[in-house]
Amino acid sequence: METLSNLFKIRGEMSRKAYLATVVGTFAAVFVLWSLLSYSQLVDPTFLPSPGTVGKTFWHSVLSADFWGYVGISSYRVLMGYLFTCLLAIPLGILAGTFKFAEAVLVPLTEFIRYMPATAFIPLIIVWIGLGEPAKIMVIFVGCFFQMLLMVADNARAVSNDLLQASYTLGAGKLQVLRKVLLPALLPELMNTMRLIMGWAWSYLIAAELFAASSGLGFMIIRAQRYLQTDMIFMGILVIGMLGLIIDRLFALLNKKLFPWAEGGR
Amino acid sequence: MNTFPSQTEQHAAVKRPAARASKIIVDSLSKTYTTKSGSFTALDQVSAHILENEFVTLVGPSGCGKSTMLRVLAGLEEASSGSASIAGRRITGPGADRGVVFQSYTLFPWLSVRDNIEFGLELKGTPKLQRLEVSDKYLELVGLTKFADAYPKQLSGGMKQRVAIARALANSPEMLLMDEPFAALDAQTRSDMQELLMNIQKHEHATILFITHDIDEAIFLSERLYVMKSRPGRIVREIEIPAAMRQNKELRDSEPFIQLKREIVDLLHA
Repeated sequence: METLSNLFKIRGEMSRKAYLATVVGTFAAVFVLWSLLSYSQLVDPTFLPSPGTVGKTFWHSVLSADFWGYVGISSYRVLMGYLFTCLLAIPLGILAGTFKFAEAVLVPLTEFIRYMPATAFIPLIIVWIGLGEPAKIMVIFVGCFFQMLLMVADNARAVSNDLLQASYTLGAGKLQVLRKVLLPALLPELMNTMRLIMGWAWSYLIAAELFAASSGLGFMIIRAQRYLQTDMIFMGILVIGMLGLIIDRLFALLNKKLFPWAEGGR
Repeated sequence: MNTFPSQTEQHAAVKRPAARASKIIVDSLSKTYTTKSGSFTALDQVSAHILENEFVTLVGPSGCGKSTMLRVLAGLEEASSGSASIAGRRITGPGADRGVVFQSYTLFPWLSVRDNIEFGLELKGTPKLQRLEVSDKYLELVGLTKFADAYPKQLSGGMKQRVAIARALANSPEMLLMDEPFAALDAQTRSDMQELLMNIQKHEHATILFITHDIDEAIFLSERLYVMKSRPGRIVREIEIPAAMRQNKELRDSEPFIQLKREIVDLLHA
C-alpha cells in the first residue's frame, strides 16, 4: 500500500489531519489501556486507580482551596527558580558562547558540575539555607542553571559566522555586532532553550517538595503516598503534566508570534 | 579575427588608461596557515591591482587562494606578509568602504528586505528619511521594490543575492568584493544575475573584484582577469578581455571566445 510505505519514509511528510488523528489516537489508546486494566480489576485499585476515581479526586480537589493554594505555591517556586536561572545563565551563556576567555572560565567548570546530580545537593542546601522557600528555589536553580548556561553558550556559538562577518563588512563595530546581530540571531534558539529548561524547573520543583515541604503539589503527592491514596498521586502527576503542557504551548505560541522570520519553526 | 589579438601578446603589454587611478594595490601578499600536519601556503607572493571603476575577476580552481585574497582585502583575514591597500590606505580590518557579497546567504533573517538594505546606514546613524530614499533607490535597482517588506526566508536564492548586492551598495562603499556570489544559483538565474550586475556596474560606476571558477562568467563580466593556480596559491596570468567580447553573450560560440576560453583552461591544467 502506498500510504503505508509513506509512513515509513525517512523524513516523510504527513498531512496535518492525519498527524492530529494519530496524536489523538495515541492518547486514546493509553486511556483505553488504563481503563481496561483498572475497571477489569486486573490490577488492584490500590496500585492502579480507575480513570473515574482519579477524575472524581480531581473534581474534589478543584473545589478545595488547599489544592489551589498548592498549585499557587508550586508555581511561585518554579517561577522564582526559573527567573534566577534565566537572569544568570542567559548572560553568562552568551558570554561563554562569544568570548574564548569566558568559555575557558565557565564551560569546563560547568560541564563538571553538570554531571553532579542536582538532587544530591538537596541535603547540602538544607544544611546551608534551611527548609524555607529559598531552599526550594535554590534546588531548582542548581538543577537548571548549569544546564542552561551550556545550552545558551551553544545557541550563541551556533549563530552563523558569515552573518557576523557580513555585519563587520557593513561597518559594524564590536558592540554593534553583539547587539544588532548576535543577539537577535540567537533569540529563537534561546527561546527554545528557555522552553526546555522550564520543563526541567518543574522536575526539580517536585524533587525539592518531595524532600522538604509542607505545601505544594510535590508535597501533596508525597502525603498521598503515605496514605496509599494512589488516585491522589495520579491526579497530582497529571496536574503537573498539564501545567507543564500549558506553559510549553504558551512558549511555542510566543515563539511564533515573536519570530515570524525564523526558518522552519516548531 | 584581428578584433581579438592573441591573449599572450596582450598579456605582455597591458595598457592602462592614464586617467584611472589604482583603487586596490596588492603587493607580494602571502598567507600561510599552520595546521597540525604542517603549514599550508594559501597565497604565495601575490601582486595585483584594481583600477578605479574596473571590473576585475580572479578565476581559478578551489584552493588557489582566490577566496583568501578576497578575504584579506575585505579585512576578514590578516596577511602573513606583504600588504594590501585601498585608495592608498593600508587594509588592516573590515570596514564600510569595502562592500562584500558572500557566496552563502548572509541576509539578516530577522530584518525585512528593506531593513537589510538599510542596515549599514542605520549603523552610521543616517536619519530615517534619508535611509528610505537610499533603500528605495536600491530596491528599484535590483528589481525588488515589491518585496521591500518580505523576510529573507520568503525569497529565492537569486533574490537573496540581489538583496545582498543592494545591501552592500546602499552603504556607498568604494568598491565591491564578490566571492562567488552566483555559485549556488541555477543557470538561468545566474545568467540574469550577471546581466543585472553589468547594469549595476554601468549605473553605479562601481569598482568590482569578482571571484568565480566559471570561465564563461569571468570572460563575460570582466575587463581584466587574473588566472590563479593552487599549491601554492598564486597568479599565473593576467588577461585583458577585449571590450567587444565582454558583456556579449552572443559571442560565446565565436572562435575568439572559444580560443580565449581554451587558453585559460590550458593555463589552469598546465
